[in-house]
Amino acid sequence: MTSRTTLTHLQRLEAESIHILREVVASAEKPVMLYSVGKDSAVMLHLAKKAFWPAPPPFPLLHVDTTWKFRAMYDLRDKAAQAAGMDLLVYHNPEALEKGINPFDHGSLHTDMWKTDGLKQALDKYKFDVAFGGARRDEEKSRAKERIFSFRSANHRWDPKNQRPELWKLYNTRKAPGETIRAFPISNWTELDIWQYIHLEGIEIVPLYFSAPRPVVERGGLILMVDDDRFRLNPGEVPVMKSVRFRTLGCYPLTGAVESEAKTLPEVIQEMLLTTTSERQGRAIDHDQAASMEKKKQEGYF
Amino acid sequence: MSAKDPAYVADRLIAEDIDAYLVQHQHKTMLRFITCGSVDDGKSTLIGRLLYDSKMIFEDQLASLEHDSKAVGTQGGEIDFALLVDGLAAEREQGITIDVAYRFFATDKRKFIVADTPGHEQYTRNMVTGASTADLAVILIDARQGVLTQTRRHSYLVNLLGIRNIVLAVNKMDLVGYSAERFYEIVSDYSHFAKQIGMESFLPIPISGLKGDNIVTKSAEMPWYQGPALLGHLEEAPVNDSRMLDQPFRMAVQWVNRPNLDFRGFAGQIAAGAVRPGDPVRVLPSGKTTTVRAIPAFGGEKDVAVAGESVTLTFTDEIDCSRGDVITRADAPCEVADQFEATLVWMDEHEMLPGRPYLLKIGTQTVTATVTEPKYEVNVNTLEHLASKTLALNAIGVVNISTDRVIPFESYATNPDLGGFILIDRMTNATVAAGMIHFALRRSQNIHWQAVDINREAHAAQKNQKPAVVWFTGLSGSGKSTIANLVEKKLHAMGKHTFLLDGDNIRHGLNRDLGFTDADRVENIRRVGEVAKLMTDAGLIVLTAFISPFRSERRMVRDLMAAGEFLEVYVDTPLEVAEARDVKGLYRKARSGQLKNFTGIDSPYEAPEAPELEVNTVDLSPEEAADRVIALIMR
Repeated sequence: MTSRTTLTHLQRLEAESIHILREVVASAEKPVMLYSVGKDSAVMLHLAKKAFWPAPPPFPLLHVDTTWKFRAMYDLRDKAAQAAGMDLLVYHNPEALEKGINPFDHGSLHTDMWKTDGLKQALDKYKFDVAFGGARRDEEKSRAKERIFSFRSANHRWDPKNQRPELWKLYNTRKAPGETIRAFPISNWTELDIWQYIHLEGIEIVPLYFSAPRPVVERGGLILMVDDDRFRLNPGEVPVMKSVRFRTLGCYPLTGAVESEAKTLPEVIQEMLLTTTSERQGRAIDHDQAASMEKKKQEGYF
Repeated sequence: MSAKDPAYVADRLIAEDIDAYLVQHQHKTMLRFITCGSVDDGKSTLIGRLLYDSKMIFEDQLASLEHDSKAVGTQGGEIDFALLVDGLAAEREQGITIDVAYRFFATDKRKFIVADTPGHEQYTRNMVTGASTADLAVILIDARQGVLTQTRRHSYLVNLLGIRNIVLAVNKMDLVGYSAERFYEIVSDYSHFAKQIGMESFLPIPISGLKGDNIVTKSAEMPWYQGPALLGHLEEAPVNDSRMLDQPFRMAVQWVNRPNLDFRGFAGQIAAGAVRPGDPVRVLPSGKTTTVRAIPAFGGEKDVAVAGESVTLTFTDEIDCSRGDVITRADAPCEVADQFEATLVWMDEHEMLPGRPYLLKIGTQTVTATVTEPKYEVNVNTLEHLASKTLALNAIGVVNISTDRVIPFESYATNPDLGGFILIDRMTNATVAAGMIHFALRRSQNIHWQAVDINREAHAAQKNQKPAVVWFTGLSGSGKSTIANLVEKKLHAMGKHTFLLDGDNIRHGLNRDLGFTDADRVENIRRVGEVAKLMTDAGLIVLTAFISPFRSERRMVRDLMAAGEFLEVYVDTPLEVAEARDVKGLYRKARSGQLKNFTGIDSPYEAPEAPELEVNTVDLSPEEAADRVIALIMR
């Protein structure tokens, strides 16, 4: 992506993200990249490969797993980590595992225990001091003010009154013993930027983003995929094959699909540009309660 | 504008030829801009309007916008665009600090990132943060109000941060009957002021954010206006990177890439100019020269890399180069110095303390720096220069800064990446100030260390002792002077060469110009530290008895001394005990209000966290305490 004149918007975004990735590596003791296997994670991982090339990214990938992701996500996860030459750490909250926490019986406890508690436990276990996350500022209104470096106390609380101004490209990465940092290198990317970059750079993403006939049921306005036999069908409910794809990926019983015929990346982008609803509609987590993202962040979800 | 307008109308090309559309959009550029103005100027309405008119609002968002507009809107049931971007008010009430909110939108030509700075109280700090990354600023004026004090403040800050593309958006033209006369009157007022602050140029545009006049398309209501609509101008205005392209090559080294013995690459983001394989370069501050061998990159080597890109360079020679160094074109290096004049914007609730060491981060390096008293503080409303001893939150002033080593830099006006810095408090790790370098001070080039033949080792050897500073700290009346005096008598009897620096005595002479404010206490300790250091150079064992209430300053003195030569002794006496003793009658005066800034009463004491020795004067007699100190010195 070389240009002799003004950089394009994707070149500028890429350069900024690489700068942030390197700044963390230069100042952190033990960084880690949170890897969720979605398209944002795919872009973040690709940027890390570029930032440190020819060395492999000098940190491991961490997947805080819920055991309820789509099977296709687990396949790509293992493959992508290996291709990048990086260690992949998969963490399961032992308490959630023991209690059999699942999205059918436990509602928001599912996310709280697997993801929020799981992340804290994993960071404590491995003593990571900086964790890269793939959050973007355009995802929802309350994210618009997010800083790129977000500080957490020793018990992972986000103290909104104690965040630092970020001027120029100068990130103050100093922290007290026990404090940790969440760093968001793709803060300034929009959903369209992500798609365009994946297209331009030929980044591999989970096939679920492309349309294919899949077994689904409709429930509460969401189209849910029956990805394995743990899916609990309601009386009378029968999975039907429909041509669907996913705009975001998470735990399969919580992630709504859209009916679509878009089988290639340009078609997906086309559909996205022609669509008239915003991105997060397909994710049940947001519908739980108003400002739920904000609350989850304070609790340490990110 | 009615709610029936389609919210999101896609480009025809998207439906007809998505591949052609994608190619077209790969060549988009990106502009970052800041909007300045208070709530009443229609800032949120303008941003909401830009998002809406550039089709960034989806149906579900529009539905909730229509609903909210009816419920809480201020436009009588019509769409209230401000609701699209507000939503920070509740957070403000919860006390969440928000410096800047970033919004995104795109047209066929450009992607835009808008920095929106809410709030009045923290306005200076927030605006400076938002403006630091902006290519352009939109300064909003309410056409009914004209140029106000806050317009001047916004303009001053935007100019201070070096933004060269400035749009004066005269808003609410619908409320002044789209009057050309009113518009030109405001432009004339503003021109006068712009000249005063050295603003080179600005583009005035008459708009109505609410009605959409001159936002996306030229307004039919104002045929007398010949210039571009706002969005059209935003699509054409130059970005900062292109200005940096014409300058000689500069890149701060961020990280050294050494995957194996055969590869050594220097990674960084190019701050100015361009670089090609074969280019001769110079590494600063060392000044060593070499040649660029290659620009290796994921997917193949690059022929050229330009300002704004994050790259990795390899050299033809193995020369020293590490994080913080700046690589420049060999025949056009940047300056190197350790003393500067700079403008500081103070961002912390604790005021600036002249003389206290702060961390200074510039480019990719972090050094220790001290700041002098301000030469002057600027009143951002009137532009007056005021005399000041310090800078409080949101204050702006010009200071001299000295760093503990030389650093490569450029003036902020030449290159913000190499002339902008932040100051960090060493104890709290907070970012306390933003700074912009004007120039290096001449004296930093003229004062050199004088090499002497009889060095500190020779002095110490002649006295047959290891020099040290025994630093007694504790509350007034804790017994510091008493114990220090006993220790010195014992050392003297042992044939040791000593000197006792006592707080009261120093304040009669060397430091008689200093009072008891926080700033003066810092300077007091700095001078004592320097004197103690000279005495250790002379081979002496120095005993000091100062309250020295702040950890930062004790650490500053510790950092001045050679490793192991600073022995901190905490004379631990509870406040009630010291106050009951009240040897000098000072506590009584402080309690009655006759004495201000008295440590322990109305000025804080920060106890040491890891002193070399702690003596509790409730349990120990002065004699016993002195023996423990002797044991520490002689160990």
